[in-house]
Amino acid sequence: MAVYVQKKPTTISEKLADETWRRKFLRNVLIPWIFIAPLLLLHIYVVTVPAVQGIYMSMTDWKGVGQNANFVGLENYRELFFEDETFGKALGNNIIWMAFFLTVPFVLALFSATMLSQIKRGGMIYRSILFIPYVLASVVTITIWKNLLNPQRGIGAAVDNILGLEKVFGIAYLGRTESALMSIAFIDNWHFWGFLMILFLAAMQAIPPVLYDAAKIDGANRWQEFRHVTLPGIRPVVLFMYMMVAIWSFLAFDYIFLSTQGGPGGASEVIATLLYKNAFFRFEAGYGAAMGVVISIFAGFIIMIFVTLRRRGWDI
Amino acid sequence: MTAIGKVSLQDTVLQRGHSRERSRLLVFNHTVLLLLTAFAVVPLLVLAFNSVKTNLEIGQNPLGPPVNIVAENFPNAWDKGNFATTMSNSIIYVVATIAAELVFGGLAAYALARKRPPGSDALMLYFLVASTIPLWMYIVPLFVQINSLKRLGVDARFLLIMVYVAGNAPLTIFLLRSYMIDLPGELEDAARVDGANEFQVLTRIVIPLTMPGFLTVGLVVGLGVWNEFLLALTFIHDPNQYPVTTSFYKFVDRFDRDWALTSAGAIIIIFPVMVLFLALQRQFINGLAEGGIKT
Repeated sequence: MAVYVQKKPTTISEKLADETWRRKFLRNVLIPWIFIAPLLLLHIYVVTVPAVQGIYMSMTDWKGVGQNANFVGLENYRELFFEDETFGKALGNNIIWMAFFLTVPFVLALFSATMLSQIKRGGMIYRSILFIPYVLASVVTITIWKNLLNPQRGIGAAVDNILGLEKVFGIAYLGRTESALMSIAFIDNWHFWGFLMILFLAAMQAIPPVLYDAAKIDGANRWQEFRHVTLPGIRPVVLFMYMMVAIWSFLAFDYIFLSTQGGPGGASEVIATLLYKNAFFRFEAGYGAAMGVVISIFAGFIIMIFVTLRRRGWDI
Repeated sequence: MTAIGKVSLQDTVLQRGHSRERSRLLVFNHTVLLLLTAFAVVPLLVLAFNSVKTNLEIGQNPLGPPVNIVAENFPNAWDKGNFATTMSNSIIYVVATIAAELVFGGLAAYALARKRPPGSDALMLYFLVASTIPLWMYIVPLFVQINSLKRLGVDARFLLIMVYVAGNAPLTIFLLRSYMIDLPGELEDAARVDGANEFQVLTRIVIPLTMPGFLTVGLVVGLGVWNEFLLALTFIHDPNQYPVTTSFYKFVDRFDRDWALTSAGAIIIIFPVMVLFLALQRQFINGLAEGGIKT
């Protein structure tokens, strides 16, 4: 009796091991790949194939309509970097944009997350309210701020009114060459910084409180505490977001396109808006595709810097 | 004895200093946080105020609270902005994208997390690399591709949803996989012994246990699609198929001077998001934070 019972597969693993090879193949190879296939194929079709086509397209003079596309090698790239002044200006604006976004929202988010991590009551309410601008659509955010920055009816005009001035603060921030780009960056940042704050706050809350107690016993002041406990604790998140924000700076489009379309006179033009206009308004598909490749090379370059630093043991 | 006395004395000194310092700091903290809260909320309040004023009143009082509240702006904006159509379009885009993303993403993530067929590592590497490809690298050829499908008679709405699903695929797979990979394998094995097939293991065991992951992906993807502007602008050219964002963009262009109307339109767009956000604050915030880190 006992022998018979032993022979039947009794445990789960024994029962599973009892399957035939065919069923195992079906279960462990074929079905999993059938599960993966739809999303993978869709992704290849929508992203990877066009991305490869984009590289080829960037080496043609294709106009986006008609059949006649000539292979022109690196001509588009030569034109971009050595002839097209609007591109040079746009690239410069992207770098200004990056400098803004690698400082202003980070300082704001680090500061406010520190403030928020120290309070005991009301934290959740602040957290939610400060996060609200992040869930708004770009079209809405731009509408709000176009009104608030209006020279006659906006905040500036109200300040002038109070101070008894005329057209000192009530100026067309978005319509002036010298202030357009920074104004849009300000608006985008109004929407964005709360997101960064949430990430930093979550990282801060994961720091063991013991470390703060130890710092206090050692007589550390607020700044030292921040510098030697908080900052090292959230370093991985900060550095990762540094990389992401640097990449995003080269992709910026919505806020600029929606507020000024790159104007006035190219003052707020960035590569993405220039690309969009070239590809979809001026029918310079090949030229636009070349800009897309350039953006991707910048993004890849930023990733490479971070990967290299990480490999060298700089703990990111 | 002396040692103990010393320690406790030091302790009280420390604590007293500590609590005094603490309360002063908290006043400072709350002041700063209230100022930042005002920075976040005042622009929205002005928008809400203007949405219930007449244009005449906005001209005299563009920033303050309304003197007379008028509600007509909302039905006006609803009609002139064609919101009945665009709202339902946006809902279609959001719901269909979430549904397809969760079904296909769930299947793929399950296979990659629990079954790990040969080639899984290479596939994860593919999605990791692909997630870094900027949209700008492929938008022009994709536009050509989508247009040729449109000429074949494929519905532009279907194509836009397809692009959304593909674009969110890496994020979805990383997030869902990270939820599924922590599950203990015994439960699935037990179900298999009971005769469940792979699909049943997924739907009966894995999905119920990783529901928070699906909710997170749904919220992140849904919010992204509701607010999405660039792809909709590029691929949807029939006003009857516009989502709220691109339709609002044209609407603001057309009624540039009519602040009362455009403010009411803006409120209509953000209303569903705000309701959902206030109802699911924690999930929203944590979900978007998670999604932001993993992309």
